[in-house]
Amino acid sequence: MKIAVCLKRVPDTVAKITIGPDRRTIDEAGLKFVPNPYDEFAVEEALALKEKAGTGETVVHALGPDAAQETLRTALAMGIDRAVLLQSAGSPDGLEVARALAAELGAGGYDLILFGKLAVDDANQQVGPMVAELLGLPCVSAVVHLTMADGAVEAEREIEGGIEVVTCRLPAVLTCDKGLNNPRLPSLKGIMAAKKKPLEVKAVSLGAGSIEVLGLEYPAERQAGRIVGEGADAVPELVRLLRIEAKAL
Amino acid sequence: MALKVLAVLEARDGAVRKVSYELVAAARELAGAAGSVDALVFGAQTPAGAEDLAALGADRVLSAGHPDFARYNPDGFAATVASLGAGYAAIVFAATATGKDLAPRAAARLGVGLASDVVGLALQDGAVVATRPVYAGRAIQKVKLRGTPALVSVRPNAFQPAARDDARTAAVEALAVPAFEARIRVQAVKAPEKAALDVTEASIVVSGGRGLKDPANFKLLEELAEALGNTAVGASRAVVDAGWRDHAAQVGQTGKTVSPGLYIAVGISGAIQHLAGMRTAKTIVAINRDKDAPIFKVADYGIVGDLFEVVPRLTEEIRKVRSER
Repeated sequence: MKIAVCLKRVPDTVAKITIGPDRRTIDEAGLKFVPNPYDEFAVEEALALKEKAGTGETVVHALGPDAAQETLRTALAMGIDRAVLLQSAGSPDGLEVARALAAELGAGGYDLILFGKLAVDDANQQVGPMVAELLGLPCVSAVVHLTMADGAVEAEREIEGGIEVVTCRLPAVLTCDKGLNNPRLPSLKGIMAAKKKPLEVKAVSLGAGSIEVLGLEYPAERQAGRIVGEGADAVPELVRLLRIEAKAL
Repeated sequence: MALKVLAVLEARDGAVRKVSYELVAAARELAGAAGSVDALVFGAQTPAGAEDLAALGADRVLSAGHPDFARYNPDGFAATVASLGAGYAAIVFAATATGKDLAPRAAARLGVGLASDVVGLALQDGAVVATRPVYAGRAIQKVKLRGTPALVSVRPNAFQPAARDDARTAAVEALAVPAFEARIRVQAVKAPEKAALDVTEASIVVSGGRGLKDPANFKLLEELAEALGNTAVGASRAVVDAGWRDHAAQVGQTGKTVSPGLYIAVGISGAIQHLAGMRTAKTIVAINRDKDAPIFKVADYGIVGDLFEVVPRLTEEIRKVRSER
């Protein structure tokens, strides 16, 4: 089985975000970047599926700046066989990103293409299903449980207040949610091996797209609240404030 | 500027879901009084509640009926939206599990961009401008959609359903569903053992963190949620990672972002990635033993104290208030 994984380089989830002087993008100076956490579930699933099959190839793809090579090396250190960087500044329009990825992935002859459910930076949660549509492949998004047999996929996805059980055939695109697996940490041996694994860099140019970023702002600061009191004795006053002042009850 | 807007609604188990009424309101906000809002519903039959959509702001109600539409059908729904799309200036989806799956498929088929999880909509020079949280709520992005139609998915609870106007009526129009190849099939919907309200859609969320000390102690929060009504129980990442609660309940980055009317954080210190997921709640209450916990910096009301004493008392007081009604 030939499996592709798509991985995005994103700011560390605990990093402080500083808005840049253009007021449209963030200031990346000194910012730590990591593989998108949801994409790590995709990497792990690809590795586990290959291990189970005992054969096959796993290829990780990223669309991003040159620095995304480091992100790809992390996936190689986890055990992915080889990497492809589609070198690009990216686009605020996920469809343009999807078009570039689809052009690369469509020629790869993959049985399975895995994405994370969403990227924690722009949170658009759209590139995976878009790639599937562009390639004419079935897609199940936000998968929390997966079983495969004889080219058939059975996946579970969380919906509000329940779990959908979804089936399709391979080749397919799946986007992975937390709960699917526990991503392994790169071993020292893996990190050493990753340095020698193939990493191909291809420059791509994206279309203009139809989404333009007008601005980026900090969220409105919440008014500093107040301590109603200490211990259970403060509860009646809290309830009164919630009813009368906040009208929240 | 009068826009023609399509609202792609959601139904489950044969009834229109609450978020659908929010979608009609969001679509109306874009269309303005002079524009028009068409509401699209899917189902094996027209879902219950479709007849109320006109009173809640829709001008036309389109019902896409198909034997395979009793459950979500990604290929059929996407084909239907794509077949209608060119006739609209904007299409509004719900940023729910279904909407987040459907909207990108429709965008790819229509060849236009999509702004996801939008919390505000406006028009600027005739173009749709969407406001959306990025970096897990640590920044707010404003984007202009230059494509036609402009596609957005709106976050549950971000728009209020319109007040009902029974003078407004519209007959439900049957829509011909285009031919489609069903490659993806939703075989079943498994309900959890106890039907739980989702944290993204509840009006009130009560969340617990490590301060609860033991997974069994979430019972205290479940009792409080039951007393409050229409309340979901959420959890911090720490307790989800520890396996105390299901990931579906996790609030914060790598979990869910919620905007309920009331958020009660119990035994949660308020790590940056948790605050990111709940800071847009209308009112925030924090109950924590540590008076210096960061959660108090975003809470409207705080109680410093032992949650094992405070929470049962709160449940008791809420029951009293609720029984007075």
